[in-house]
Amino acid sequence: MAQIHLEVVTPHGQIVNEDVDIVTAPGVEGEFGVLAHHAPFLSAIKTGTLVFKQDKREKFLMVSSGFAEVSNNKVTVLVETAEFGHDIDVNRALRAKERAEERLAQAQAHAEDLDRIRAEVALQRAVARITVAQRTSL
Amino acid sequence: MPGLKDVKNKIEGVSKTSQITKAMNMVASAKLRGAQERMETFRPYAEKFAEAMKDLSGGTNSNQPLLEVRDVQTVELIVVTSDRGLCGSFNAHIISKAQKLINQFEVEGKEVSLITVGNKAAQAFRRSGKIRESYKDIMSTFKMFNARAISQSATLNFLSGETDEVRVVYARFLSMAKQRPTEETLLPIKPLEQEKGAKTGTAVEYIYEPDPEQIMEALLPLHLNVQVYHAMIEVAAGEHAARMAAMDNATNACGDIIKELTQLYNKARQAAITGDLMDIVGGAEH
Repeated sequence: MAQIHLEVVTPHGQIVNEDVDIVTAPGVEGEFGVLAHHAPFLSAIKTGTLVFKQDKREKFLMVSSGFAEVSNNKVTVLVETAEFGHDIDVNRALRAKERAEERLAQAQAHAEDLDRIRAEVALQRAVARITVAQRTSL
Repeated sequence: MPGLKDVKNKIEGVSKTSQITKAMNMVASAKLRGAQERMETFRPYAEKFAEAMKDLSGGTNSNQPLLEVRDVQTVELIVVTSDRGLCGSFNAHIISKAQKLINQFEVEGKEVSLITVGNKAAQAFRRSGKIRESYKDIMSTFKMFNARAISQSATLNFLSGETDEVRVVYARFLSMAKQRPTEETLLPIKPLEQEKGAKTGTAVEYIYEPDPEQIMEALLPLHLNVQVYHAMIEVAAGEHAARMAAMDNATNACGDIIKELTQLYNKARQAAITGDLMDIVGGAEH
């Protein structure tokens, strides 16, 4: 199967740099899959799960906001954080989720914009982490 | 002539100081290596980001609120310094640069508010009454979310119209021996000029999802994070380099002082011996 090169870069270094069969990324307008020789493409990425398949093995990566660029049979994903399932502390993520939900409930009561947005973002991150961790361990 | 014992004590004291400065030098050099590594790992991200921003800004007309250029009445300065001292004039340079800017803005009749990053900046401007927010003890952790909090706060203030311009003052890490205080305008974001010439001709037509305008909107806040984070790691690397140089100087100075004191000690000892001999010779003649 023709392969496409995947690079995931964060401010803390390169997380992935290998040839893969398919990449599925969480675009802001919905998930999109990229196969080899995809047309040049640029999309913003939201917090979620990035999946890539290699030799019939799927790998899951939690990513937060950033963007993905496809050109010359290469996918470059630039995100602020990217974590594999086995690097994720699930208990911590669960605690973060609870905290974020609490904050969200409070913020909605007072309808404070900034706090609500922050809590929502934190919640998304926590949920993404938990999802990735669970899918990895399956 | 000082007493023998005094000189000896002093030599001991100075040599202990030199041990400490030497140790600090070594610690700083180890930390500098870490900081430089972080700069290295961050560079590809920053470069790719700038590239994409350039691609995007070509296709968009700037009616983004973050690009809006207003008549400047109030300016916010983000001053980034280190948390700790004993690194020569490193922080002093950044602070004096910031102070100069403040003075300049005030002469022009603009109001200035400050966000300080690092303990030293907070200390320096504590009495000025201009500090809106200050972030302390975060320089050693290198977390992106620290930068995120700072840039978010500045952005919100800008969007609400509290400030018309945001600048960041930090020291650029040029080399081991040179860190230059620099200021950059953070907000409004200047649309990146596409390089004139053949380069645009070869650029591939991308499929954008969503359209470039909206991607831009999502990326601009991230772009600010990148810039603030960049300033922070430059300062962190600069701090350790400056401390290494300062501690190296201090160790050398200790060596010089020890040399002088040893000479003084030898002279004093010789004088004492000569004095004793004179006494003995004088006593024998009687």
